[in-house]
Amino acid sequence: MERHFEQQLEKIRQDLLRMGGLVEQMIAKANRALVERDESGVREVLEQDHEVDRLEMEVDEACLQTLVRNQPTAVDLRFLVAVMKIVNDLERMGDSAVNIAQSVEQLNKEPPLKPYIDLPDLSRLVRDMVSRSLDAFVRRDAALADAVLKSDDEVDGRYKQLFRELLTYMIEEPKTVSRCLHLLLIARNLERIADHATNIAEDVIYYVEGRDVRHSVTRRS
Amino acid sequence: MNRDLETVDGGEGAATGFAAPVAATARPPAVAAAGEAAAAGSGADAGRRAAGLPPRKRGDDPEADPAADLDLGDVVFDIQALSLWYGDNQALFDISLRIPEKRITAFIGPSGCGKSTLIRCLNRLNELIDGVRIEGDVLFEDGSIFDPSVDVNLLRKRIGMVFQKSNPFPKSIWENVAYGCKLQGITGKSDLDEIVERSLVDAALWDEVKDRLHENALGLSGGQQQRLCIARTIAIEPEVILFDEPCSALDPIATAKIEELMQNLKDHYTQVIVTHNMQQASRVSDYTAFLYLGELVEFGDTDDIFLKPRRKQTEDYITGRFG
Repeated sequence: MERHFEQQLEKIRQDLLRMGGLVEQMIAKANRALVERDESGVREVLEQDHEVDRLEMEVDEACLQTLVRNQPTAVDLRFLVAVMKIVNDLERMGDSAVNIAQSVEQLNKEPPLKPYIDLPDLSRLVRDMVSRSLDAFVRRDAALADAVLKSDDEVDGRYKQLFRELLTYMIEEPKTVSRCLHLLLIARNLERIADHATNIAEDVIYYVEGRDVRHSVTRRS
Repeated sequence: MNRDLETVDGGEGAATGFAAPVAATARPPAVAAAGEAAAAGSGADAGRRAAGLPPRKRGDDPEADPAADLDLGDVVFDIQALSLWYGDNQALFDISLRIPEKRITAFIGPSGCGKSTLIRCLNRLNELIDGVRIEGDVLFEDGSIFDPSVDVNLLRKRIGMVFQKSNPFPKSIWENVAYGCKLQGITGKSDLDEIVERSLVDAALWDEVKDRLHENALGLSGGQQQRLCIARTIAIEPEVILFDEPCSALDPIATAKIEELMQNLKDHYTQVIVTHNMQQASRVSDYTAFLYLGELVEFGDTDDIFLKPRRKQTEDYITGRFG
């Protein structure tokens, strides 16, 4: 009986990781579609989002069933609570990746504003946060999760910098406004993904150590 | 270790607070006075005590206090380095634990971990078993319960007990509740009527039995009998109620009634419950002590014990990964 319970937890863990892997791919594909002006990437992102949505509901349901049948406690309970929050964050990340892909679709109808450097950098940084937050979950590594929290500051800094730069473009050349707005939307969505990765890292710390670090002023000390 | 002794039916009637004189005179207490026992303490722990060090704790972290940083408020029992032997078998190892006033404290742990033995120390019920030896001390409101001047019968009146198997007397419902008060010299019919009604109301049984108070108590259902035993216990106005597996013979509905009753009694009594049902401990208690192999592994806020226990042993037990 105990084995069965362990198997249920393992299945939930695997499904969550599959979801995380899909989301990472979606962010990467949206970025490649931007840099390489590749339409097929956009379509793939939209398709993968359906899979992410389906997994969200599946994992949620599995967590609920495990809760009601096993009344887990301690680390098992914290695991399930964390998973239910993490799938929600992953689903929102997927939606952001879709938003990015849709902006890329619009952008690709016009000539590029300039060579994209900062946005791919930001995308790489954000993907790194997502993958490290999931690694921290798999390895039950609270220190790694803590490092993810710190990365969020860098993402915020990059986003503000991009914002200022795009603003100057728009002021100097009103013809670029529509393209700049799409680029800004992409940056904004990347920044949101990083926030969700931060949430995941916070959930990992709760799962591993039972410590709630959300909204904590001291957590970056 | 011979754990069978733990479940010996040690004169359960005695613990209800009024049948005790018979048992106590029939068998002289085999307990060593606390002071002497501590002085005669043997082994490494006595050495550590002499050196001013805290007693050794078995477990994953030898230095960690199983009850760290707990603000318990007013404390009713202060259990100090309590050890207990049944003959040559040691059942409790150096247990130190404080039990807060007007709160529900649960003792959990696998069979044979000593939780029943520990709760039976609190009203000196273990001394009814031959060959029991106790070291350490239990302070009850600042006085040692082992002090020679303590009247054990009076102690058990102040510390009532409810057992796993409901044990009503083969008398009427009314007689069951009034019996203890009569022994204490309350004889007025109207006084007793009042006590009987109040106790049955408090035990959430009044509405079910008010029309048949003079019928035999053994005609009640198991859950009703258990609530009758609680009514009988609170009739003599104890300060503490000890529950030793009070629901293990009851169905879920009767269990829910007892648990609800415990919550309602919380404002007036300090309650201690031994249960092997972890869900029950997590539902009813404010504080939980986890015992294993006669040692206190962890004591803490019930929310913390079930959500984020500090000790791996505790986690393994409550998540069912034991052994």
